Amino acid sequence: MKICVCVKRVPATTTRVVIGADKQLDPAGVEFELNPYDEFAVEQALQVKESGGEGSVTAISFGLADAKKELQKVLAMGADNAVLLTHNSAPHADGATTAKMLAEELRNTEAQLIFFGKQAVDRDQHGVGPAVATRLGIPCITEVVKFELQGNQVICEREIEGGRETVTAPLPCAITCQKGLNEPRFASLKGIMAAKKKPLEIKEVDLESAAVEVIDMSLPPERPAGRIIGEGPDAVPELIEALRNEAKVL
Amino acid sequence: MATASASVLPLKELDFYQVDDLLDPEERMVRDSVRSFIEERVMPVVPHHWEAGTFPSELIPEFGELGLLGPAVSEEYGGSGLNSVAYGLICQEIERADSGVRSFASVQGSLVMYPIEAFGSEEQKRYWLPKLATGEAVGCFGLTEPDFGSNPGGMRTRARRDGDDWILHGQKMWITNGTVADVSIVWARDENGKIQGFLVENDREGFSAPEQKHKWSLRCSVTSELVMDEVRVPESNRLPKVQGLKSALSCLTSARYGIAWGAVGAAQACFDEVIRYCSDRQIYDKPLGSFQITQTKLANMGTEITKGQLLVWRLGRMKDQGIMRPQHVSMAKRNNVRMALDVARECRTLLGANGITLEYQAGRHACNLETVLTYEGTEEIHGLILGHEFTGYAAYGA
Ligand SMILES: Cc1cc2nc3c(=O)[nH]c(=O)nc-3n(C[C@H](O)[C@H](O)[C@H](O)COP(=O)(O)OP(=O)(O)OC[C@H]3O[C@@H](n4cnc5c(N)ncnc54)[C@H](O)[C@@H]3O)c2cc1C
Repeated sequence: MKICVCVKRVPATTTRVVIGADKQLDPAGVEFELNPYDEFAVEQALQVKESGGEGSVTAISFGLADAKKELQKVLAMGADNAVLLTHNSAPHADGATTAKMLAEELRNTEAQLIFFGKQAVDRDQHGVGPAVATRLGIPCITEVVKFELQGNQVICEREIEGGRETVTAPLPCAITCQKGLNEPRFASLKGIMAAKKKPLEIKEVDLESAAVEVIDMSLPPERPAGRIIGEGPDAVPELIEALRNEAKVL
Repeated sequence: MATASASVLPLKELDFYQVDDLLDPEERMVRDSVRSFIEERVMPVVPHHWEAGTFPSELIPEFGELGLLGPAVSEEYGGSGLNSVAYGLICQEIERADSGVRSFASVQGSLVMYPIEAFGSEEQKRYWLPKLATGEAVGCFGLTEPDFGSNPGGMRTRARRDGDDWILHGQKMWITNGTVADVSIVWARDENGKIQGFLVENDREGFSAPEQKHKWSLRCSVTSELVMDEVRVPESNRLPKVQGLKSALSCLTSARYGIAWGAVGAAQACFDEVIRYCSDRQIYDKPLGSFQITQTKLANMGTEITKGQLLVWRLGRMKDQGIMRPQHVSMAKRNNVRMALDVARECRTLLGANGITLEYQAGRHACNLETVLTYEGTEEIHGLILGHEFTGYAAYGA
């Protein structure tokens, strides 16, 4: 079975965000990594291939040329080949543009399953997986925490407010992956050596300007310093008062 | 998955001179993969095992799966055929967690798999190396004896020919992994006075490996005696390509190389921890890091770690070019282990009372590094090796 997994290079979650003059994240000194939710997508794609005993996993990313590093990691984890769709203004693309780029590439792959992370942790838009599926005219199941393939259909559990629902869809379909779905593997040293020999195709793509534009970016307000209300049982009423009316947690 | 840290500083090791830029993409990927594994799987269990004095043996299969056991061994025999810098980075990342855990991997790779690959028969290689690479089998390396540490050439363990077999008799001490090993590489003197290496399965009659307890250093590592009371092994268990003591010492060169890298990891771990502590800990209403004495302590440590990083990076490139000599390794092992021990102790002072607990790493690393300073050639012996190199006078013996 042909399986694709779409991945994104994002700033590490430990980044201390500095906003640059262009109102974007200043990349100086920032560590980038594979989007953590995409790791679940890669792992699931590999597990499907391994349990079926045949097929291939193609990793696709839309981004700057630097995203080659993240694709190499996916190859080292076990994907068979990778495609990097690149354009200099990729970081300014909105979710819809990204989905268009990916869908155009995916259209020719005849993939039966397309895995995504449920969101990219940089812009948190949650939109690319469903938007790609819409463009391809295939079903999409989001925030999946349990995945099973039965013949020509998938059965998934997904998280909903206050519980889980079990849903099914026929192949081909798109899946966006949530934490808890699986335990992503580490790239083994053998995998890293093997990845050097796997095909990684870089394609320059044409990009229309994004419909949604970022016009400002700001950091959350500084947290106010802690305050000691008092000591012992006498301070309790005032503490409760503060928790209720200031912090509004009670 | 990485989670955001509460600290104001990013969780990133000191790399002041951008040594990262000197690495190939694959080398960086190896380092990053091993680092994530160590951070997620090993770090959380280390303090408990250290306190209990046990090795986290439940992790052995994962070490094997990732390829951390004998990574430099050729792919044909189950290794990954990595270059020396990548091997060094692996040691660095493992020792970031604990010197004892790194010792397990060093012994398996450099002191057991390396000699089997270098001095073993084809049959020995095919039988043992794949099992050792996955962790299905564990090995140990028995050179040191109760009375012969720095001068192993004086060893008393004997190998006597008996028909097609050999009879081994003697005692080894301070042997890492001994009690948990399936196979020991035992060095013994034959009747002609020549030193030979043998593969001894630990279930052979007359062989026992009692654990040495009550250590306050390297507590996450098993250390054992090997007792051989007329142990019979077939000729096919002898490593056929061994050429005397120098073969045993060549294993040590490979292990010491990894130790020089590992020490950088231990030092970085202590430094990273203390840098964060210095910004969080308030003394006289100011962060600990804002005091002048603290700053010069950090300046000294940061400088020494940076020097150590450059030393091993260059050493690794020399090893891959085939121009590294054992004396080069002596310099890096001696310098970096002393550096790491000094850094760990200095960090411990900055942590104050917290520093003596297992909640922080510096005290544990400092205790561990006392062993690292002594094993694989003591600091003094490596000084003598370098003295010999620079003057031409050998000053080891009488
Ligand atoms: C936890 C642990 C694990 C170990 N694991 C292994 C293992 O797996 N396999 C193995 O074979 N061994 C192992 N060792 C043994 C280690 O390699 C020896 O302890 C080391 O070689 C030193 O030998 P020694 O302890 O007999 O000290 P000695 O050789 O007795 O040295 C005592 C002191 O004398 C100094 N000294 C020695 N010779 C000279 C000289 N010529 N001039 C000046 N000073 C000198 C030394 O530097 C040292 O300070 C391990 C040791 C420890 C502590």
